Amino acid sequence: MSEPARLDPASPPARLPPPFPEWFATKGWAPRAHQLDLLSRAQEGKSVLLIAPTGAGKTLAGFLPALTDLAERPKRRPGEAHRGIHTLYISPLKALAVDIERNLGKPVAEMALPIAIETRTGDTPVHKRQRQKLVPPDILLTTPEQLALLIASADAPRFFAGLRYVVLDELHSLVTSKRGHLLALGLARLRRFVPSLQAIGLSATVAEPDELRRWLVPQNPPGGLADIIAVAGGAKPEISILESRERVPWSGHSARYAIPEVYEAIRKHRTTLLFVNTRSQAELLFQELWQINEDSLPIALHHGSLDVGQRRRVEKAMEAGTLRAIVATSTLDLGIDWGDVDLVVHVGAPKGASRLAQRIGRANHRMDEPSKAILVPANRFEVLECRAALDANYLGAQDTPPLVAGALDVLAQHVLGSACAAPFSADALYEEVRSAAPYVGLPRRDFDRIVDFVATGGYALRTYERYARIRPTKDGLWRVSNPRVAQQYRLNVGTIVESPMLNVRYVRGGRGAASRGGPMLGKIEEYFLETLAPGDTFLFAGKVLRFEGIRESECYVSNGAGLDAKVPVYAGGKFPLSTYLADQVRAMLADPRKWGALPGQVADWLSIQKDRSILPKRGDLLVETFPRGSRFFMVAYPFEGRLAHQTLGMLLTRRLERAGARPLGFVATDYALSVWALEDLGHLFRRGTPSLGRLFDEDMLGDDLDAWMAESWLLKRTFRNCAVISGLIEQRHPGKEKTGRQVTVSADLIYDVLRTHEPDHILLQATRADAANGLLDVSRLAEMLSRVRGRIVHKALDRISPLAVPIMLEIGKESVAGEAQDALLAEAAEDLVAEAMG
Amino acid sequence: MNGAGGRVTGRMRYALATADAPFDPHAASRTAIAGVEAVCDPFGALYLPETRTLVVADLHLEKGAAFARRGNLLPPYDTLSTLTVLGAVIARYDPRVVVSLGDNFHDRVGAALLPDFFRERIVAMARGRDWIWISGNHDPDGAADLPGTSADELHFAGLAFRHEPTAVAVSGEVAGHLHPSATVRRRDKSVRRACFATDGARMVMPAFGVMTGGLDLRHRALAGLFDRQSLVAHMLGRDRIYPVRYASLIG
Repeated sequence: MSEPARLDPASPPARLPPPFPEWFATKGWAPRAHQLDLLSRAQEGKSVLLIAPTGAGKTLAGFLPALTDLAERPKRRPGEAHRGIHTLYISPLKALAVDIERNLGKPVAEMALPIAIETRTGDTPVHKRQRQKLVPPDILLTTPEQLALLIASADAPRFFAGLRYVVLDELHSLVTSKRGHLLALGLARLRRFVPSLQAIGLSATVAEPDELRRWLVPQNPPGGLADIIAVAGGAKPEISILESRERVPWSGHSARYAIPEVYEAIRKHRTTLLFVNTRSQAELLFQELWQINEDSLPIALHHGSLDVGQRRRVEKAMEAGTLRAIVATSTLDLGIDWGDVDLVVHVGAPKGASRLAQRIGRANHRMDEPSKAILVPANRFEVLECRAALDANYLGAQDTPPLVAGALDVLAQHVLGSACAAPFSADALYEEVRSAAPYVGLPRRDFDRIVDFVATGGYALRTYERYARIRPTKDGLWRVSNPRVAQQYRLNVGTIVESPMLNVRYVRGGRGAASRGGPMLGKIEEYFLETLAPGDTFLFAGKVLRFEGIRESECYVSNGAGLDAKVPVYAGGKFPLSTYLADQVRAMLADPRKWGALPGQVADWLSIQKDRSILPKRGDLLVETFPRGSRFFMVAYPFEGRLAHQTLGMLLTRRLERAGARPLGFVATDYALSVWALEDLGHLFRRGTPSLGRLFDEDMLGDDLDAWMAESWLLKRTFRNCAVISGLIEQRHPGKEKTGRQVTVSADLIYDVLRTHEPDHILLQATRADAANGLLDVSRLAEMLSRVRGRIVHKALDRISPLAVPIMLEIGKESVAGEAQDALLAEAAEDLVAEAMG
Repeated sequence: MNGAGGRVTGRMRYALATADAPFDPHAASRTAIAGVEAVCDPFGALYLPETRTLVVADLHLEKGAAFARRGNLLPPYDTLSTLTVLGAVIARYDPRVVVSLGDNFHDRVGAALLPDFFRERIVAMARGRDWIWISGNHDPDGAADLPGTSADELHFAGLAFRHEPTAVAVSGEVAGHLHPSATVRRRDKSVRRACFATDGARMVMPAFGVMTGGLDLRHRALAGLFDRQSLVAHMLGRDRIYPVRYASLIG
């Protein structure tokens, strides 16, 4: 918002009232063409989608209609009732709302506009929230969850009666998740309160802008589109891949080898943003940097699990320009503008060209100057991926994921929320829901089953009528059975399902560590803490911590400085490789002419692979087989991402089992899949028992998939999410907010019971749909299987190939599933027999 | 007692209970409690052949309904599943006496609000045998309107049957309450299952209810109950019991 721009002489007929022209003039700026364009369309009463690169003044553009309208509004007379919200701003991130408050505050103060701007997030104290209900600000900056809470209250129609604009920031990121579905339903409700409501969507470049345009306007009748304003990209970023003097590791995600060079880069720049893909990577990188930080450069850490106070301090320091570097996860992914960043370092592979562009957009934040970024691959495959992403970014390639239909578990939550606000008519609510783009195709039957689910669980065995949460009244409206239902709803609103978390409290070490009162460092997943024994050390909040024990809902830790962090944190990839990047990586492997752009040792690695085995052509699937130890391995290289590979691995082992190959296990990475067995797989494939073509046949997605999905732990995890979001099980129970783990019942057990007795239950239907889109990545797998039909290349080797080394290093990190479990028990039981007989 | 252990077996036991497969006696494992012969059945029940007594623990009937009463509409099928498995194991041994070791219902009102069709199934199962309902911490008021006798504990056949195991070392006790489970670890892989835990002096039974979790044998609630030198976990496999010595759990 602080960049100079030239006045467009043919400015559109937007009305820019005083004091705005004067303010622009004193700044020596002129409003940009797209800012005025958006303003004029908004003044005509239209909803608009603005697509612009970072640094194009998107935020000011989005708020200009609201600010100008509010500036012209007559003052409130003494004694006149407080006016409601005029403009609602919704962003996916709490931090973004806080950031916007700061950035918007400046022009408002400089122009002395009588506009109150406030945030409302999960971190907002209760007294402030209550006051906001009585005396609403003109502009409220909030999140999708807070909107859901606001519309679920009885006074929502009054609160939103004066609403004119909704500004949706980072829309491209919101629409791809269940939070987006929740938001879409919220938006539909706001439109019912205020039919003339205008939506302004702000987005980075996306592959299918029409999907977003539909999102912004009611879809009854379907097909309506918001106006669109697209701003061309700014200066090309300068991106390089770190050329290390050290050996690039075969596997792993830490990029430890490159730390000295990363530190050098930080020293040479004013302010550096370091992005990583997971929290544990952030902790590791931060720790490693401080170990060699001889100049004591102010380097900070920022991720979502840290205590909110600590996060705010880091954000303030960043804004004040007192930090030289900040290590961050996706909490800083989106459009936050924090001063003078002149370098972005991306550690690990970016997994998608669009994500990379977004993150690199952080540097400089000025559209007309090139951003500067360094990619630091953590292993050899990531070198290939970084190279491919880099080419893609220069080409402006877009690989945002496709939108999926609105989730039924989110709908269930919304239905309950609707009843909490006021009794509703099923017909009217159905029409309202279908006006939201993600739910435009929702069948009435599914809607009715969801209402039934919300009321009594929707079970065929109808024993819960007396415990119904919502009941139809005499006039056919659904209302909540008792106030406790609304209380439960409010505690559990949202679509972000967390693993049960424990607060981490810092105490003095040694015996009697029960001394309370130390500072809170943040929250960690309970399942991780339960694996620790007192005395174990691990990394968190930028410190080496010594685990002391768990008391109630708190985990006590003490200073472990000087000790090594013994327990590694789960460090798997969080995002799958995008389809587009995967294709680029395959293309690079196939074409030795492209290897010149790779670091020497990586090019050498590929050359040796070419000599020892083969490198597949771009469209081919290479399958290598070789013996190792007492096992026979097959390694396939589809490059489709860990989720799709995991699904493929499960299905292949089922087939190999039937073929008598006696498979023992498999492991999947983003790039490859390895299966091992007791029989000679290479021999079996050569004999055609089974042939590889048969083994990889698409028909595995039929019965095998159904049978496996039913048993899969992945499906159970998906079910847990659906069960929590839909309100079947709660994360928090009234009066027991802190000990959720004691009131919840294992979702796995519920899943088992439900699947046995009512496999067609609406929630299982929702779970299967989710899993096919998400954790199992079935669609991706289906595309791959069809792509490689007749193009599978088998190479039988007598030993491991260079390309197989990275995945072979991953073996032993996965747990067993299915059939193998009883074999393990039998083995342990035999020990007893041997002992008794021996 | 919520948690992870024993989660696989609930559905498996139900599937087997509804199948017509003949029972292989070797799928059960034999042991003795203070000299009394006992059979650990893969369905999770204990059978004492000398007195033709069948023992089950922690049925937690109507757990789904108990949650529904609080606003969490969990599936109402847990009672049906548990009773189906119970019916199958009773058919298998045709016992003279059935002892249910407490936490028969998940909450105090569970027995009183039990739907009639479930009640009728229990009545049918109890016909022609003695049925003892031991009271547990979840259902301290006993079993309302069900066939049989309610008791806080039972001394019978040389053994003491109670819900919670006594804190001090005793001989000849059969108890429930703790939902024991054990974890076998081999080559970085681990499998966790519900189990019968016995050191020859006492027996702590696995939870029989299909929607019940488990507590690992190493948990401090189980510390001091057993002589770990002779402790054996009779783990519930898919269709048979795997006896594993405590010391052999971690291979």
